[in-house]
Amino acid sequence: MQKDLNWQEYVITRLIKFSGYSAVIFVVMIFFFLLKEGLPTLSEVPLGDLFATRWYPIESYYGILPLISGSILVTIGAAIIAVPFGVGVAIYLSEIAPRWVRDMLKPLVELLGGLPSVVLGFLGMLILSPALRVILNLPTGLTALTGALLLGGIAIPTIVSISEDALDAVPKSYRDAALALGATRWQTIWKVTLPAARSGVLTAVMLGVGRSIGETMTVMMVTGNAPILANSLTDLLSPVRTMTATIAAEMGEVANGSTHYHVLFFIGLVLFLISLIVNVTASAVVFRQRKKAERVLS
Amino acid sequence: MRWHLWFALGRGRNGSGNYYHCRAQHVAPTIKKMKNKIVIENLTLQYADGKEALTDINLDIPANATTVLFGPAGGGKSSLLRSLNRLNDLADVESITGKIFLDGENILDPKTDVIALRRKVGMVFARPVVLPFSIRGNLTYGLELAGEKRKSRLDEAVESSLKLAALWDEVHDRLDDPAIALSGGQQQRLCLARSIALEPEVLLLDEPTSGLDPISTAKVENALVELKKEYTVILVPHSVQQAARTSDYAAFFLQGKLIEYMPGTEIFTNPKRQRTEDYVTGRFG
Repeated sequence: MQKDLNWQEYVITRLIKFSGYSAVIFVVMIFFFLLKEGLPTLSEVPLGDLFATRWYPIESYYGILPLISGSILVTIGAAIIAVPFGVGVAIYLSEIAPRWVRDMLKPLVELLGGLPSVVLGFLGMLILSPALRVILNLPTGLTALTGALLLGGIAIPTIVSISEDALDAVPKSYRDAALALGATRWQTIWKVTLPAARSGVLTAVMLGVGRSIGETMTVMMVTGNAPILANSLTDLLSPVRTMTATIAAEMGEVANGSTHYHVLFFIGLVLFLISLIVNVTASAVVFRQRKKAERVLS
Repeated sequence: MRWHLWFALGRGRNGSGNYYHCRAQHVAPTIKKMKNKIVIENLTLQYADGKEALTDINLDIPANATTVLFGPAGGGKSSLLRSLNRLNDLADVESITGKIFLDGENILDPKTDVIALRRKVGMVFARPVVLPFSIRGNLTYGLELAGEKRKSRLDEAVESSLKLAALWDEVHDRLDDPAIALSGGQQQRLCLARSIALEPEVLLLDEPTSGLDPISTAKVENALVELKKEYTVILVPHSVQQAARTSDYAAFFLQGKLIEYMPGTEIFTNPKRQRTEDYVTGRFG
């Protein structure tokens, strides 16, 4: 009996340990796969040509700058829309809405988060882009703005759900204390509740932005896929092509092992690095704040 | 005060209180003669979950004195306190009827400026809640909300309120440190100072010393003695002993009802009602 128990204990411990390690192993393996397939690019295409402004693989123009700028433009556009709106909705749900409204809206918002992105892409193609073309009098409705609006829609549920949890975790006594000092509801939210929940809200924003950088299907359907270098936010009204859409669209028809194939993996590598930087920056900010708080408390 | 309580306890056990009946006549109730800061008439409060927190409360609270609201948990003390600065507005209150007059004005009137009211009626909570600012920032926050910008005026308020709350000596050389770095007792006195900095007329204290050690408790209680010279202090104490030590007037609450209201010297030595006596003598609680 005793021996049985020990054996069970051993297996369970090992299984859990393996699950823990596997997460790390998979990330490392994916990273090495990307490196193996992507790095040959550096020997096949000169750096100057790689970071050029023309993407036309059929004639061996492998400038990836338009793709990077396209991704950044759409993501910044999405963040500009989703962050204020998402945090606003979270504040409304947590601080202002009556309980029954909140109990009804929060699951709905979370349901929205589970909507397949291809469905949003449909809506974008059939409703949003024709509407934008007519309203803004554009030659085409398939623009970076269309993508940014839809990606904003994808990021909002993530931001709302996680920020609302963070705001809800702020003790009621904080609000009481500020109100008892004669703060209005808005002053309480802005100066006390939101700063107290700041690390959670920041995590929410980073996760939301992370989702929009990596999103592929929606942007491929609605941004027009023209690899033109975007210089400023005014390019929001012209078509762009993102890194993710390029990989998804071209990977299927590329010859295995060709230069084009390697460049597509190189783009994947760049994408990987960008998400890594975003995540590390976010956790560094949160971590520094936490450390500051701990130092103060000790 | 301790002395009275000690005898009150003794008397409870012996069951004979004749001596105190005689003595009580010297301390005739003077509540009616004092200027009443707050007059509560027929206040009934019901929460959304069906619980009736206060039933038909009538209470006159005099100015420049410490009025203690005491009784077992769930008696409606905090609900009453939170009605006095309308902090109950945000709770799930089903209905609130009756009137609360502050200087003759009914503060339950929907037209009352709640923000202005809360500046006039300060509150300190059971657990110290320091806001995520510096010590100075905590103290000036309320004033800044009220529109005070002059630095000299703010500095003055910081110093005088900290001195009144008996915290100045401990923190005057580190006013810009984060307030969260203070000890629990210091934080509670900071919260007290924060309320005082607004120069309210009434100070509500909801078990302000429940989490504090005896030394910090004594400091807060001493501060209250100073404070009542200028303010009307209403205190929910965290023990009968503290009620006896600090009260000028004391109201005993039981299950949402006001059982007895008398000068403090009297209620702890010679309560008229059996239930009050049982409570102050420790037969239940």
